[in-house]
Amino acid sequence: MLSMETETLTVINASVDIVTARQRGRALALELGFNGADVTLIAAAISEVARNIVDHAQKGEILMSAVNSDLEGGRNGIQIIARDEGPGIRDVAQAMQYGYSTRKGLGVGLPGAKWLMDEFDIASEMGRGTTITMKKWRR
Amino acid sequence: MPVPILKQGGYLIASIQSVLSDSDLVELRDSLGERVGTYRARGVIIDVTVLDVIDSFATRTLRTIAHMLKLRGAETVIVGIQPDVAFAMVQLGLTLEGIGTALDLEEGLAHLDSRTKRHAVDGN
Repeated sequence: MLSMETETLTVINASVDIVTARQRGRALALELGFNGADVTLIAAAISEVARNIVDHAQKGEILMSAVNSDLEGGRNGIQIIARDEGPGIRDVAQAMQYGYSTRKGLGVGLPGAKWLMDEFDIASEMGRGTTITMKKWRR
Repeated sequence: MPVPILKQGGYLIASIQSVLSDSDLVELRDSLGERVGTYRARGVIIDVTVLDVIDSFATRTLRTIAHMLKLRGAETVIVGIQPDVAFAMVQLGLTLEGIGTALDLEEGLAHLDSRTKRHAVDGN
């Protein structure tokens, strides 16, 4: 029986933590059996949600874990939860528009992450923070 | 970790050795801006072969570097973007439009040779 590290928490405080988060995500995705192309897509999505924390909330955390579903005869995948207690997003629909940025960014981060993953959910409350939950299923 | 920058003839080669944090990328931008002047370089190659991900920030910084160095009179070519990394960039809608790219260092040097030679013929 293989023992696997199937859950990892990364505290995001500074931009160097973005690299740590995506490296851990890459390692976990590989362990979970994702192929090279998908591993890179997952790492890129983690990079974007981690950057969103650094840019807008300064600090937060990213929890990555294995996830299973009973749908379609059982699927395995990876779940990434990025949460912060920052200012929150006033207009989530606007933030998810491609090319929209409140800073000088490209405005591709969150919508881009959504495209890279299979499932993407964002919950935000002004003054309380933002939680992004995203999943990718193994093909 | 700072990116080593080598001088090769009239060109500078920035060879990225490990994954880069945002501040490493900004440092690379600043040191290239400076060294193009110091070494009077006509062309710059940035080798990104080892990068595991080129996300929105990295793309923006690479674009900034290329446009900034153009204003300083040097051509930039990005070499070594891996297939999976390129695929993720396309999925993210990220482009390096208007910036030279090449498969590897050898192709990058050939690209710069043709660009800078053409300028010489034009009399620039």
